[in-house]
Amino acid sequence: MVKLKSKTQDALLFYILRTIAVVVIAILLGIIFVLLHSAWPAIKSNGLSFLLRKEWNPVEDRYGALPFIFGTLVTSFIALLIATPVSILIALFITEYLPKSFARIISLLVEMVAAIPSIVFGLWGIFYLAPFVKNTLAPFLKLHFGFIPLFQGPSFGIGILTAALILSIMIVPTISSICRSIFELVPAHQKEASYALGSTKFEMIKLAIISPSLSGISSAVVLGLGRALGETMAVTMLIGNSPIISTSIFAPAATMASVMANEYADANTPLHISSLCYLALILFLVTFLSNLFAKTIVKSFSRG
Amino acid sequence: MKLNYRLYRKAKNIMFLILTLGSALAVLIPLFMIIQFVMVQGASSLSLDFFTELPKPVGEIGGGMKHAILGTICLVILGAAIAVPIGVTCGIYLSEFRKSRLSKNLKLSVDLMSGIPSIVIGIFAYLMVVVPLKSFSALAGGIALSIIMLPIIIKTSEEILKLVPDHIREAGLALGLPRWKVILFVVLKGEISNLLTGIILAISRAAGETAPLLFTAFGNMYISYGLNQPMASLPVQIYTYAISPYKEWQKQAWAGAFVLMVLILSMNLFARYILTKIKDKKGIS
Repeated sequence: MVKLKSKTQDALLFYILRTIAVVVIAILLGIIFVLLHSAWPAIKSNGLSFLLRKEWNPVEDRYGALPFIFGTLVTSFIALLIATPVSILIALFITEYLPKSFARIISLLVEMVAAIPSIVFGLWGIFYLAPFVKNTLAPFLKLHFGFIPLFQGPSFGIGILTAALILSIMIVPTISSICRSIFELVPAHQKEASYALGSTKFEMIKLAIISPSLSGISSAVVLGLGRALGETMAVTMLIGNSPIISTSIFAPAATMASVMANEYADANTPLHISSLCYLALILFLVTFLSNLFAKTIVKSFSRG
Repeated sequence: MKLNYRLYRKAKNIMFLILTLGSALAVLIPLFMIIQFVMVQGASSLSLDFFTELPKPVGEIGGGMKHAILGTICLVILGAAIAVPIGVTCGIYLSEFRKSRLSKNLKLSVDLMSGIPSIVIGIFAYLMVVVPLKSFSALAGGIALSIIMLPIIIKTSEEILKLVPDHIREAGLALGLPRWKVILFVVLKGEISNLLTGIILAISRAAGETAPLLFTAFGNMYISYGLNQPMASLPVQIYTYAISPYKEWQKQAWAGAFVLMVLILSMNLFARYILTKIKDKKGIS
């Protein structure tokens, strides 16, 4: 009798645990459903051509997402271009070059970068990074690389380049911490085998650490990309928020996240709100898929 | 020729060392610059008034962010009140039922949830709470923050509870305790103080979030405790002041950033320190 009672008690607890677990999964699916539901009017009126239309005009109630998709992709791409090599090198520096006690401090400091709120990055960006780009970096780039259209045009401080720079600092901890955990998985005998063949430390790193970790590194980069695509506040404060597509990296632009942050509270026509929800849905799906992709690589990696 | 080649390899080796060192500096220098910038600018604009006064209109000197500090505390507590019970329960589920299909799906969902851009969470909370209630509200902000905290709490509690060795569970079962008692009174009770670190970590993340609050809690210029009213928060207040053209307001933004940074970094470092200590003690680095 007593046994039966404790069994039903067990069953009750398991039932509660399972229900809560299902609730959490349901929240995730609920987000997709709610976004889809609110974006539906915009999807119905614009369809997929929304993605390719250049015009974003709340006054005339006409919406196209291309400038924001452009802004998001360009800033994230430049940020990855800078952050990927830096993060891999930092991860190697921590795992291969530093003694353990020191490595802990450095990796703690790098992870501290991830703890800084993005609003503080934005504030620092406005008052330090933007003037630096305007007065030092942009003139330098124009002087030496001015023949390339990318580096032409006036720089106002805020623009694609500044936003991309701040993004690159923000995603380094994401990429480097995953790289570090992957590099730590490399077995010691693999490194020793490389040394035994007479390689220098650099050659050992190239042969025994980097090449077998390439798929893991790529998943770290994709996770960093997911972070960069969705980053809102710092980018909103530094990109200039104008929905234009230009060839210069000094020009202002806007990202999907920044236009949402700027216009959502003031949007008053139903189509405007719905179009912003459409953008949110696109952003959600893109980050969702890139994270899913990265997770599956990491999984196959840790199993193999 | 042979000597040259060896020199070339050695040079490459040294070049690489310099590159790794350089990239470490490339991240640490901005970190220190941000901290130094916020410290210097923030400390010079900070005064006691900042904590005790409400904002003053443009042009008047002084004023503070008392309402925003209180607002952030309220919002974070509200978020935690929602996220902690759900999060810890999920952590228990994941650590007790490691192999079930539901737990694999839950884990994937949690991973994906932590990757959702915070602005999208803000829009979700707006659509779910602000639209039906027809006004910006603290409740909506709290719900948005809870969705941000949830994955962090679930992940850390799972990690911590997984570190409880199986023989402790088995000892409980051997004494004839039912499993629910083992889970609640043996596994969970022993780890409650450690679970707190995960919660602190989640709070330190949520306290700095701006994007999900922009159109949920929205912000205002006075103290309010009503759950169905807009509520100010430190990050949103900093944002409003930072993009304003007024010098005094920008100074206030710096002071706010200083307070926020000290708050968040100290909580974050404290939680991390405790977490590494737990892992060290249990023999896992």
